[in-house]
Amino acid sequence: MIEKTVEILSPQGLHTRPAAMIVKLAAKYKAELYLSKDGLRINGKSIIGVMTLVAAHGTFLTLEFEGEDEAELANDILDFFNRGFDEI
Amino acid sequence: MKGLSEVLKNSDNVINGVAAAPGIVIGKVHLYHRELISVDNQDIEDVDEAIDSFREAIVKAKKELSKIFELARQKMGEARAEIFSAQMMILDDPVLIGTIEDRIRKEKKLPEYIVNDEISKFQDLMVVAEEFYLKERALDIGDIKNRIIRNVQKKRLISKITPGVIVVSESLTPADTILFSKSEVKAFVTDRGGLTSHTAIVARSLDIPAVVGTHDATHTINQGDLIIVDGFNGHVFVNPNESQLKFFNEKITLMLQINEEMKDLVNKPCQTLDGHDVSVFANLDVTEEISHVVANKAHGIGLYRTEQIIEELGELPDENEQYQIYSKLASKIYPRTITIRAFDIGGDKVKIWEFKEANPFLGLRGIRFLLENEPIFMKQIKAILRANIHHNVHFMIPMISTVKEVLKVKQLIKVASDELNVEKYPHSKSIKLGIMIEVPSAALMVKELAKEVDFLSIGTNDLIQYIMAVDRGNDTVSNLYQEFHPAILRTLHHIITEAALQNKPVSICGEMAADNQAVPLLVGLGFTSLSVSPSAMLPIKRTIRSLSFEAAKVLAEKCLACDNEDDVIKHVSEFFENQHIPRTRTIL
Repeated sequence: MIEKTVEILSPQGLHTRPAAMIVKLAAKYKAELYLSKDGLRINGKSIIGVMTLVAAHGTFLTLEFEGEDEAELANDILDFFNRGFDEI
Repeated sequence: MKGLSEVLKNSDNVINGVAAAPGIVIGKVHLYHRELISVDNQDIEDVDEAIDSFREAIVKAKKELSKIFELARQKMGEARAEIFSAQMMILDDPVLIGTIEDRIRKEKKLPEYIVNDEISKFQDLMVVAEEFYLKERALDIGDIKNRIIRNVQKKRLISKITPGVIVVSESLTPADTILFSKSEVKAFVTDRGGLTSHTAIVARSLDIPAVVGTHDATHTINQGDLIIVDGFNGHVFVNPNESQLKFFNEKITLMLQINEEMKDLVNKPCQTLDGHDVSVFANLDVTEEISHVVANKAHGIGLYRTEQIIEELGELPDENEQYQIYSKLASKIYPRTITIRAFDIGGDKVKIWEFKEANPFLGLRGIRFLLENEPIFMKQIKAILRANIHHNVHFMIPMISTVKEVLKVKQLIKVASDELNVEKYPHSKSIKLGIMIEVPSAALMVKELAKEVDFLSIGTNDLIQYIMAVDRGNDTVSNLYQEFHPAILRTLHHIITEAALQNKPVSICGEMAADNQAVPLLVGLGFTSLSVSPSAMLPIKRTIRSLSFEAAKVLAEKCLACDNEDDVIKHVSEFFENQHIPRTRTIL
């Protein structure tokens, strides 16, 4: 399992568009993705779950990747976070 | 013709709310109660049948929603239709669907019971959140939940109503709003919601008048009642009497007539009969009004009220969020200018913290609040300097009462620019700085204040309130709120004369500027720049184009010499008659 902490860099925070993008990226892999904040742990393949996460600009999330292609999934997702959801 | 305030004074059948989408409509009420979804936690025998009916419901819900999505795209454009895309995705959520099916198998309960239980969990998480947009999201999720449940219970969607009615409802989802618009609904009235709720946004983009946030319209109004909806001012008249009907029918006739004329007006110069130019700017509350403003060829945005962003987000936006909003507006209005007003927090405006002040209007509001909370102010200054890279952004400070405050603001702008240099953000080092004149002390000190700034703008609402020492929300004294009182006219005269000596432009951005009756006086006093709500822009232009500047100057002279408001109003009325200007007191 891979665990990483990431910061939300996009000024608009984790709104609907990036939430949908995360779910779409995660769907391409067999490995599971979980996002956690303040004790709330959300399945990254569930749009309704990811939409529930309140994550404004500057907040930190813990990401877990687990499964056979976890490295590739982690790579893809972390890259998306580091690009500030392509909004900066 | 009587004014709206007189009509309101004599009415006991008025419901007040938020003016969410402009327009006036008279029509029959369709009281719409959202179907109450009830679910039993009944045990079931046949699990496979339950799962089948759940899957079938998802397919039907998808069909319904894609129709709505398509309709939204056609009627509102791609970007606005986005609010439905999240709902579409939820119907495809593999985790959610999987969990629900697993639970049906394990718990052997009716599918609607499981759907309700499972989706409500997420909804509850959002409802408790402080963020405004999450509350909206929770409503969207509630909508999709009910859609699935209704389909599991094999009930049909009831969206067909008699065409041409006014829908009155406790609340409306954006989907309801879109579907109703297909039945040529004339207007919407809701108990809940605010200026920035999804329903309000949808109604505005569909051009359907709406009054929201009435609290109890659904209890006061009955099925089939005749009502008048005034989407300009946020009033609903229930079973109106003869004189109310007459008043609003005249208004509607006028509105239609004006709308016709407006089409031609857009491209005509904004000047008096004798060729004196007056600029009409737009006041902007919500960002989506910008397209209307651009289409109607405003001279620019004379006032952008940034505290509305706080209202919309439910929290203070950070520097980057602000930068994005400001620069988008600045580029849309370019090459014309936008005057961004610093957060006007306090008084009756947006409050972020609960201060207990005995006299909020005499308390920590406008610039006083910002100087007390420098970090908030600094973020805003920096965002504005960054948005001004094309030099079409002006910065305006509310509630100035002393020169010292202005000097402090100028110093902070300098500090902000230095910080941006270090942070290597592109920005403009200087910005046109203006102040609001709305406090009597500022009005008296115009000469000294004008020396320190680039422009002045008069906020008439507060200025009148402070000069007459009257709270216009207080019924027992509101008759003293007299915008035509000679004391007000003389103050305006003093401000513009002093500012002219310093060579500094003055504009008017309060409601007085949008009052057609006041326009000849303001023009006569020498004001050449008025900033009004987007819907008032063209009517004001029309009045300007039908009067003579020379005659307006004479009118202003006469009125300045009066000793009471009634005489001023008499002179103004005569002026409208003599100049053959259609007498339209506050058309909108």
